[in-house]
Amino acid sequence: MRIPCPLCGSRDRREFYYYGSEDYLKRPSDQGSIDDLDNHLFLRDNPAGVTRDVWYHEAGCGVWMVVTRSTVTHEVLGSEPVAKQKEA
Amino acid sequence: MAELIAKTALAGKKLVVAGTTLAEVDHGAVTSIAPFPGQTGAVSAALGFDFPAVNSFAEHGAAMIVWSGREQAFLIGAECPDLSGLAAVTDQSGGWVSLSLQGPLAVDALARYVPMDLRLSAFPVGQAARTPLYHMSMVLVRLAEDSFRLMLFRSMAQTAWHEIEVALKTLAARAA
Repeated sequence: MRIPCPLCGSRDRREFYYYGSEDYLKRPSDQGSIDDLDNHLFLRDNPAGVTRDVWYHEAGCGVWMVVTRSTVTHEVLGSEPVAKQKEA
Repeated sequence: MAELIAKTALAGKKLVVAGTTLAEVDHGAVTSIAPFPGQTGAVSAALGFDFPAVNSFAEHGAAMIVWSGREQAFLIGAECPDLSGLAAVTDQSGGWVSLSLQGPLAVDALARYVPMDLRLSAFPVGQAARTPLYHMSMVLVRLAEDSFRLMLFRSMAQTAWHEIEVALKTLAARAA
């Protein structure tokens, strides 16, 4: 499996660490309800198709990124740095 | 305070196998420079040369500046100027070992441990990369078609040396 690092280019999967769903980046407000936090921490969709996950280029440049891939075809569709979302 | 003598990780070790040389390089001072947001231009001005682009390095006299991660580079072999307010700066001199690997077996030896494409078309001369050597985090610099500079954590210097030595000797034995 090859994963495109937004900085380093296409690299082998063994260089990367899988963190989990992109949902982890969308932390609810501290003032929100306990249900929102429960949802954020524990409730995940399990889509057949396009999914977005957080990955870390652990053995490479150390960038955190969101990788878009398909769970049906195993196709990796793209990636972008998490930092870019923060800037936006 | 007493003047302490800095020792490199491998005491200048050198090995030649079938015309390919593996040697420790005394890199001198190594400084990690991570410019604060929007300060890259100011850091370049203070250094007197450009902060390196992603996956690249440049030599400036005896000094070398190598990209080492997102918005981060290592200044090697030169004292870092005062970058207060411009960048997060840390002294890394004692934390790394530098190796040079040069010769006809260099690419094939590296290919045994490095999970990236080392062909010239994918990793040309003048490029730098962060990629593991076996399981060890590495900064890899391509100085020439058959010449590389490797930087690894000092604590793994012996292991890295051993792995590359085994690869070189295996390749040489096969060819013989």
